[in-house]
Amino acid sequence: MTDQTKPGLSRRSLLKGAAAGVAASAFPAPMIWAQNIKDITLRQFGTGVSNLNEVAQKVKEDLGFTLEMTALDSDAVTQRAATQPNSFDIADIEYWICKKVWPTGNLQAMDTSRIKNYDKIVGIFRDGKLTPDSTIAQGTAPHTVGFTSGPGGTDFVAEESGWMTLIPTIYNADTLGIRPDLIGRPIESWTELLNPEFKGKASILDISAIGIMDAAMVCEAMGEITYGDKGNMTREEIDKTMAIFTEAKKAGQFRAFWKTFDESVNLMASGEVVIQSMWSPAITAVKSRGIPCVYQPLKEGYRSWGGGIGLSKNLSGMELDAAYDYINWYLDGWVGGFLMRQGYYSAVPETSKNYMTENEWGYWFEGKPATETITNPFGDPMAQAGEVRDGGSFYDRMGAVACWNAVMDENQYMVRKWNEFIAA
Amino acid sequence: MATPLKNRHLAGWLLASPMAFVLLCFLVLPIVMIVVVSFWGATEFSIYPAFQFDNYEFLLTSPVTYSVFLNTFKYALVTWAFTLVIGFTVAYFLAFHVRSLTWQVALFLLCTIPFWTSNIIRMISWIPFLGRNGLANSTLISWGVIDEPLDWLLFSDFSVILAFVHLYTLFMVVPIFNTMMRIDKSLIEAAYDAGATGFQTLTNVIIPLTKPGIMIGSIFVVTLVMGDFITVRFMSGSQSANVGRLISNDIGLLQYPSAAATAVILLITVLIVIATLLRFVDIRKEL
Repeated sequence: MTDQTKPGLSRRSLLKGAAAGVAASAFPAPMIWAQNIKDITLRQFGTGVSNLNEVAQKVKEDLGFTLEMTALDSDAVTQRAATQPNSFDIADIEYWICKKVWPTGNLQAMDTSRIKNYDKIVGIFRDGKLTPDSTIAQGTAPHTVGFTSGPGGTDFVAEESGWMTLIPTIYNADTLGIRPDLIGRPIESWTELLNPEFKGKASILDISAIGIMDAAMVCEAMGEITYGDKGNMTREEIDKTMAIFTEAKKAGQFRAFWKTFDESVNLMASGEVVIQSMWSPAITAVKSRGIPCVYQPLKEGYRSWGGGIGLSKNLSGMELDAAYDYINWYLDGWVGGFLMRQGYYSAVPETSKNYMTENEWGYWFEGKPATETITNPFGDPMAQAGEVRDGGSFYDRMGAVACWNAVMDENQYMVRKWNEFIAA
Repeated sequence: MATPLKNRHLAGWLLASPMAFVLLCFLVLPIVMIVVVSFWGATEFSIYPAFQFDNYEFLLTSPVTYSVFLNTFKYALVTWAFTLVIGFTVAYFLAFHVRSLTWQVALFLLCTIPFWTSNIIRMISWIPFLGRNGLANSTLISWGVIDEPLDWLLFSDFSVILAFVHLYTLFMVVPIFNTMMRIDKSLIEAAYDAGATGFQTLTNVIIPLTKPGIMIGSIFVVTLVMGDFITVRFMSGSQSANVGRLISNDIGLLQYPSAAATAVILLITVLIVIATLLRFVDIRKEL
């Protein structure tokens, strides 16, 4: 079926491309749109974090075209990007998903010369280094899957080739969440997750790809296992990691495992669990109930994740131009500010600054004490005056990343072992 | 009119055909599809037609499968025992102790009130009740029965079975109550007249006559428990596994063929269990 539609599509897109080319040479962009822009609809799908209706509304306001958003879980996102290239125009995916999906050729490389703020994108997504003397963390670091050899490339290249696979949009550093009121002493290391002191009061997330990373952070911190690469373990490393965690499970270390955001919030808020793997907005949700909860920075560092938007190979002509406009708009600061005020980071922080108050910028990015109450874009209070963000500034947090979310070569083996762990 | 016999034959077939058609489309075909897919292969994000035994081979040689099936049977057996005892007692009370029909109907409807809300809500409402700082623990502590909160109340086999019993007892009550109501009261009077004690009447008259109801209730409970995955996931805090959870994990990871193979094995197991149950009672004859 795909083969039959291809010639039609390419002919049409050729005409469109030619028309847009003529138009573009005659008038400066983006004025050319005025008439046709309203008819353009771009279909974006991705995980819930950045698929926000507010963004779609703002796109309609600022750029004029329609952005349709579909939110799916990460397994479904992977499947769709890999198997149904005609069902979307823009894929909002994580970098580790990109590693799986890019080789299928369903996404097209993006010309960095058309990205206005390309030079301002943080180093993590370009040469992998936050600052010139940073070391690169383990796992699927975004820059390793961020560039391809050229238009039509299905490979990854190490250097900044001028052709990007994904434009980074959102990222953060994850760690353990704790209840300081119920623990009553400083927590400094990932080893505390398996500390018998918290027997029956610990939890880990039951999403194998991420759970195994948290488990690896713990095992490494305990000095039990030294990993070649936590993001790409050998079978032996997987076995050892799961053995340590199975033993802990049988000894009753864990109260429960969680799979959804709400479960993690409820476990923490009800006091069933005092230390567990957690996501940043979940901490906020617990705090907003008036319950103390800290996103505890740990000496071994953070497990980090990043997402970006990729373009379907079927995009061409006016739609492709609209997509580039969308990307440039995305990096222009409004979305960045919107995301940063929820505790995530934007790929071009300096443009986001224009859309944040000095207090917000100081709290979220620079790690300074809040001068007055910090609210998120939806109006919920996130922090009171005088409070400092857990983990401090952007450079403190993103500079201490130990490992990026990843997909392993031994993924299927790992999943089986993980299921055994759950059933044990 | 000329061939009434023949016509009657034809009418019978025609009358049966809509139901047969519905069952064929919505029961038989999907099951055939599941069986077919269970022989397919899967990559990380797609499935491809094949005829291979890999899924079954992995399933039947993995020790996890056996421990999970064992766990599923454990839940089914314990839940069955509790629902039977409770369900039988409730039905007995309704059928033989409550004399007026009005009260019988009223009390029976009372039993169904919890079913006005979704069973997920009924299940999840146990979580705050049984939690470490939940109602049960704080009440017990304030009564001085315990000093420390009981951890095993929640996220344990106890909470899983409690939720199962709570959710499924009514499926036992209804068929047992139904068969008890059809027992000819004169049989019980005859038993008393013949000098039987209450207990002898129960074991020699009432239980044998309510067997079909017990069997129907048992089939409901056993199949529901064996096919469940959400109760086990929530009430054990994801710490225990049953077959349903194996299937749902596979589906989450897009391993449809492997999920289909597990489903086929589960289906066969449940059919064997039901066939065994039906050996004890000929439901059709008794109804």
